[in-house]
Amino acid sequence: MKRFFDTELETFRSDLVLMGETAVRQVRQVLEALIESDVNLAQQVVTADDELDQLELKIDEEAIRYMSLRSPVATELRLVIVGMKASHDLERVGDEATNIARRIPRLTAEPPLKPYVDLPKMAAIAVEMLRDALDCFLQVDAEKALAVCQRDKDVDEINRQLYRELSSYMIERPETTSRALELMFISKSIERIADHASNIAEEMIYLAKGEDIRHTEHTRNPSAR
Amino acid sequence: MDPTTTESPSPTTPAAASADAGRPAIIEVEDLDFYYGENRALDGVSLAIPSHQVTALIGPSGCGKSTLLRCFNRMNDLIEGAERTRGTVRIRGVDIFGPEVNVMELRKRVGMVFQKTNPFPNSIYENITFGLQLQGVRSKTRLDEAVERSLRAAALWDEVKDRLHESGLSLSGGQQQRLCIARAIAVEPEIILMDEPCSALDPVATARVEELIHKLKQEFTIVIVTHNMQQAARCSDRTAFLYLGKLIEYADTQTIFINPSDSQTEAYVSGRFG
Repeated sequence: MKRFFDTELETFRSDLVLMGETAVRQVRQVLEALIESDVNLAQQVVTADDELDQLELKIDEEAIRYMSLRSPVATELRLVIVGMKASHDLERVGDEATNIARRIPRLTAEPPLKPYVDLPKMAAIAVEMLRDALDCFLQVDAEKALAVCQRDKDVDEINRQLYRELSSYMIERPETTSRALELMFISKSIERIADHASNIAEEMIYLAKGEDIRHTEHTRNPSAR
Repeated sequence: MDPTTTESPSPTTPAAASADAGRPAIIEVEDLDFYYGENRALDGVSLAIPSHQVTALIGPSGCGKSTLLRCFNRMNDLIEGAERTRGTVRIRGVDIFGPEVNVMELRKRVGMVFQKTNPFPNSIYENITFGLQLQGVRSKTRLDEAVERSLRAAALWDEVKDRLHESGLSLSGGQQQRLCIARAIAVEPEIILMDEPCSALDPVATARVEELIHKLKQEFTIVIVTHNMQQAARCSDRTAFLYLGKLIEYADTQTIFINPSDSQTEAYVSGRFG
């Protein structure tokens, strides 16, 4: 039976999808700007962050309205709660993309410290995690979402490796310190983007199964399930 | 020993153990079929209701929830053509359909509050003492104590203590329903059945009765039939969803309203059918 307010939930759902697509676009563009040293594209990313901020506000408003007027239960209740949390994560993904974008003009002003190898690799995993977490929302696929959570450790590992490498640069060639620090912060931002993707995937498991796997071994160890 | 019968309580069935972890079942229904003439109202219903909890029976009109409720104190016996054809209902392990069961005693132990408020056209005081007087209680002191205790338990004492001899019909709808609850409490039942107790009440009176239900479970086991999903969610610890006479899902209320396992339950609690 279709209810007169079902369109409100459809709008909520499509706003969340739009927000996810916007966040993925922001991350992809900022990485392109970094690798291509494209300061204009970096500036576009900074400007476009407002889209994500506005979508987060809209989604919160829709969720509060739906909860207060429509008394959702079961899957609908989980959808509204998860939607609010996921939109917060996506907004933070946008903030991390903006943080990276703001560092690009400073990095391009100097010669590259080293060829970009690890950062694009790490970023590719983070973007894929984000993309897959959002697919899980559309497909309500808990198994795929769990796989997203488990990939987070790969990003963490590259981040640690890069940190060690950049620390060596700073020790051996102190003149590289400012560039190495910028790259460390960028690496940390990408690592945070993967964390948000992992959070979203956990939320999608809750949406699909009503099971809260946060802070459990399940996200790290596949054999725990 | 159960006061309604001379029969020894039978051992607890396995179904009882599943009532609620840590709480014994007080009512155990096993494979119950019930007919009104040719119409099957209940179809193989089995569930165990834990003591000192509020259990909500939900489902669309005609699903059998009121029939099931009325089985617990054999109120269906009063309906012509109504018949249990299979299964048992045990209260504290005793089959209430057994030949030794005294139905009047059973109804004393399993009180009932109806959808439509129905105080007797007598004073507030007499409404409370009626059941006790039927049982032969004559002591004025005992009756006075019962009136105060029951009205306090029903959260009505402060509102009526100065007009106990006025007609029960002079009270507001919400007060009348609480008077009916007080009347049920007066005979010290173990179980109180409530059949849509708030459907005729305004939101404030409803909130008072819900508050009362929450308080009363300390002392009694409560089974409530309601069409109001939010009321079931607010008031009950366990919820049973019935549809076309079958028990579709029975679980903690939180599970039913956050993560039901059956798609029909989900559709019903979300207001998508029924």
